[in-house]
Amino acid sequence: MRPVVPYVTAALLFGLGVYGVLRRRNAVLVLMAVELMLNAVNLILVTADTTARAVLPHSGQVFALFVIVLAAAEIGVGLAIVLQLYRLRSTVAVDDVALTEPPVSAQPVGRDVEAGR
Amino acid sequence: MTGADLLLLALGAVAVGAGVLVVSTKHLVRAGLYLVVCLGALAGDYLVLGAELVAWVQVLIYVGAVVVLLLFAVMLTRAPIGASDDLDRPGWPAALIGGGAGLGLSVLLVDAYRWSTVTMPGAGTAERLGEQIFRSWVLPFEVLSVLLLSALVGAVVLSRPDIGQPAPQRGDTAGDTSTPQTVGADGVRR
Repeated sequence: MRPVVPYVTAALLFGLGVYGVLRRRNAVLVLMAVELMLNAVNLILVTADTTARAVLPHSGQVFALFVIVLAAAEIGVGLAIVLQLYRLRSTVAVDDVALTEPPVSAQPVGRDVEAGR
Repeated sequence: MTGADLLLLALGAVAVGAGVLVVSTKHLVRAGLYLVVCLGALAGDYLVLGAELVAWVQVLIYVGAVVVLLLFAVMLTRAPIGASDDLDRPGWPAALIGGGAGLGLSVLLVDAYRWSTVTMPGAGTAERLGEQIFRSWVLPFEVLSVLLLSALVGAVVLSRPDIGQPAPQRGDTAGDTSTPQTVGADGVRR
């Protein structure tokens, strides 16, 4: 088995993920590109498990499992943030998000939602 | 070139091709479906590399749960079904940084490993991985369970608008006599 093939695959996938995060405007598509990067790291870890002879066997695969769990937690919180953003501003474009919080505008929206429940 | 090399090459080509389509397609839903293809090809890669448990967990969690969550989010944000034109920013800095990262890492790894071969170690079955996790990696495993719990609580808190409102608002709604029932239920609930 030649380890250079999966290593280059992982490097290209990581580059694609970086490109997607910087290029996409839609927040859900940004999260998909983040998933591409996490999977590239997983492929590196699993491949390194075959090339590196560590003291503990199968450490790379254990780390890949841990990264999968981290990705699941990340996607849950990330999608909660995206959906809350959509509820407040009716948009999921990441460059429409104001970096400075307007002090009053968010408040009536929250109160409306509260009264509507 | 052995059979494993050819399989790795083919699955890697499928994964990279689907990844290109994920970051370049104009259809939101199709991006999610191309992500399924990419993650499935990676699961095949893991199988060829001898990581059986990781491959099946990849299929279960990524293809089964994460992509379904992403497609739910696409639907809940009322994405258009057809092609949409406003998905992208101007591309050349992204292409520069992404291409630089991908090609730079490729050159680094090709230079490190050339065309060398390795013999495959034993397959990572559930028995061997479980032995490793519960013998050597117990503490990170427990920390991850706490992290999953806190992510769950965080997602619940984020998606409920009535948590974290300032306290005087309760007095305001209590003075409102039009909806006494709701206020009473609210007061009990808090």
